[in-house]
Amino acid sequence: MTATGEWVPIRPVGPAPPHGKPPSGRTPAWWGMVLFITTEATIFACLLGSYFYIRFSTAGPWPPGGIKDPELSKPLIMTVLLLSSSGPMVWADLAVRRGRTAQLRAGLAFTLALGAAFLGLQATEYATKLGEFVWSTNVYGSLFYVITGFHGLHVIVGLVMLVFVTIAALAGKLGSRHHERVRLVAFYWHFVDAVWITILFTIYLSPHL
Amino acid sequence: MIFLFATPMSFGFGNFLLPLLLGTRDMAFPRLNAFTYWVFTFAGVILFSSLLFGRAPNGGWFAYVPLTGPKYQPGINMDVYSLGLLFLGVSTTSGSINFIATSLKLRAPGMTLNRVPIFVWALVVTAFLLIFALPPLNTANAMLFLDRRFGTRFFQPDAGGDVVLWQHLFWLFGHPDVYIIVLPALGIVSAIIPTFSRRPIMAYPLLVLAMVAVGIISFGVWVHHMFAVGLPQLSLTFFSAASMIVTIPSGIQMFAWVGTMLMGRVVLGVPMMWAMGFLVVFVIGGVTGVMFGIVPFDQQVTDSYFVVAHFHYVLFGGAVFPVIGGVFYWWPKTTGRLTGVRGGQWSFWLVFAGFNLTFFPMHISGLLGMPRRVYTYPGGLDWDLWNLLSSLGAYLLLAGLLVTLGTFAHSLWKGAQAPPDPWGGETLEWATASPPRPYNFPVIPTVHSVHPLWDQGSLDSFAEGARFKDRVLAEGHELLVTSELDAEPEVALEMPEHTPVPFFTAVSLFLAVLGLLLGVYVLAVAAGVVAVLVIGRWLWPRWSRREAGHAPGEKARETAERDAAAEQEAEKEKTEKGAGA
Repeated sequence: MTATGEWVPIRPVGPAPPHGKPPSGRTPAWWGMVLFITTEATIFACLLGSYFYIRFSTAGPWPPGGIKDPELSKPLIMTVLLLSSSGPMVWADLAVRRGRTAQLRAGLAFTLALGAAFLGLQATEYATKLGEFVWSTNVYGSLFYVITGFHGLHVIVGLVMLVFVTIAALAGKLGSRHHERVRLVAFYWHFVDAVWITILFTIYLSPHL
Repeated sequence: MIFLFATPMSFGFGNFLLPLLLGTRDMAFPRLNAFTYWVFTFAGVILFSSLLFGRAPNGGWFAYVPLTGPKYQPGINMDVYSLGLLFLGVSTTSGSINFIATSLKLRAPGMTLNRVPIFVWALVVTAFLLIFALPPLNTANAMLFLDRRFGTRFFQPDAGGDVVLWQHLFWLFGHPDVYIIVLPALGIVSAIIPTFSRRPIMAYPLLVLAMVAVGIISFGVWVHHMFAVGLPQLSLTFFSAASMIVTIPSGIQMFAWVGTMLMGRVVLGVPMMWAMGFLVVFVIGGVTGVMFGIVPFDQQVTDSYFVVAHFHYVLFGGAVFPVIGGVFYWWPKTTGRLTGVRGGQWSFWLVFAGFNLTFFPMHISGLLGMPRRVYTYPGGLDWDLWNLLSSLGAYLLLAGLLVTLGTFAHSLWKGAQAPPDPWGGETLEWATASPPRPYNFPVIPTVHSVHPLWDQGSLDSFAEGARFKDRVLAEGHELLVTSELDAEPEVALEMPEHTPVPFFTAVSLFLAVLGLLLGVYVLAVAAGVVAVLVIGRWLWPRWSRREAGHAPGEKARETAERDAAAEQEAEKEKTEKGAGA
């Protein structure tokens, strides 16, 4: 993980800028998280690229081997759950900057609940899919389970991060002067949400085209 | 050579030199830095110890499927490869993030983007290449591991999988990796040449842009490693053209180095001999590289000794020559000892002659049709003479490398004490003691040009800065953070103290990888959970010392002030001497 010690301006240095506020640059930890997300996004790009590479080099119907086109109702509900979870996350991030700890905890709790609901629905979806095909059935099965499973793993990692900041918030470690961890976890969470959209289009919607 | 020597070697240079070149005291993430080191060590332990158990990877460095798939390679040999490289990737990725964040945020005040040393630019471009190039390798290795161990079908044609997918993913990493290896070496050359030509580097902006351009183009040329696979003609044409474009930025760099030497006054020190040897050898390797970009030629010599000759000219000539030159150049800074001049000259000429005698004949044996990866061949194929020359050259090369090692050992044993700046260098590392103190610079300087040690303003800033608390930063482990583009001072950042937490994180990940490798999945899961808990401990928010109400360490301040005063005096003397000369 990439965060270092908390970003505490010990004292501003250099001449004060004309408008009287210290310059607000990005912190090293901000860059660390952005670069981490960049490299993670590239892994997803490689996985989705592999999906399309194999799809377009496969002769015959897609999905192959008599597997049905994916059902859409459940993935669409999952999409709504996951995307809406970014809202309370933004809310929590704004709260901690203003020192509103109760609002911070509420926002984190909402985000956690929505993320967990997404995972629960994904589990029930796997339960029905596994009756139809497994990941050793053929390459489609491998792609389906590895791509969605890799995303699910990211949701789990995101939830672990959220639990971590929630504990820190409950222990009174976060406040208007110590808020960067919330922003960084929020970045990661928004990334997990955004990647899901590309997976929805690739895995669930594109076979219907 | 590729995974555990070339990249770690340049990262080693980077780790030592980056804070010195930037005029700061530490990397942006010191604990992550320790973690990077330990993960690298443990990944090396996995990959090398497999030799002891007779389980070393046995599918070549590019591990083509289906040969490396579960059907043809049972046993854990290729699992060592895929898991070992995934684990090593964790280290390389975190190291890259650390380099980029450090270079963006910790540059000395005044070091705007057009005053950043070329070596730092090279490392940053390399780090960005790794951020984007490792994911394809990691994806491919994860798929291979899942195929082999858990029965997925990515690379199995009978279940709809595709073996060429591996080649695409591998070379999408593999070609940028060539530049990942070579760019830091080019950075070293760009550091040596101005110092020994006694003038600033020529065409600095073009040189930097050329490096960035090479980095970007390197992602669009991977198919030239696959010209003989049987891909559509149209894509071959595209990738052939893209490969040709690389010559333009590479040419710009070459002309900048030669131009710097022409316009300057060359001092033929030992590091400079290695840099000039590099220029010769790298141009030859570059010319054969252009030949590979041409599809019909490439298809003729694919998998022949011509390829072996080419990549040794690029990797040995392009990376190892500058690395040895760099070791000679920064040896006094690292160890505080000078190296013997005569030993250095012998080592250069022996290696240069041995290298060319070993690898040049391979061009000819390759054109005569000798294939790669054969350990013997029947006589009478006209390859005998060339192979004999290569064998003789290899012994000469070995002798040269032994002399090199001997020169370094001799320097450690009875080398003369090195002054802070033995070469009259231009960049900030030469302003520190040899070897540097743990805090690097007693006073954080202000940088006024791309060659701060050659301009009076930057030199004076060491003395001027000693009057300001924010440039001495003596109250603890603190760094001065500056803005990304203009290096305007922003804040002083308190850094973490010594901690074993990164080591324990790396150990638990090591155990998790071992569990996966040996099929003890309980261990893998348990160690993974431990890793999460340790990382939680690592990132747990703590009050800074100031907030916790501790008085800043008086003793630390006194020591630093004393050192600053001493350094200041030394600087003054040096300045006077400079003015006198």
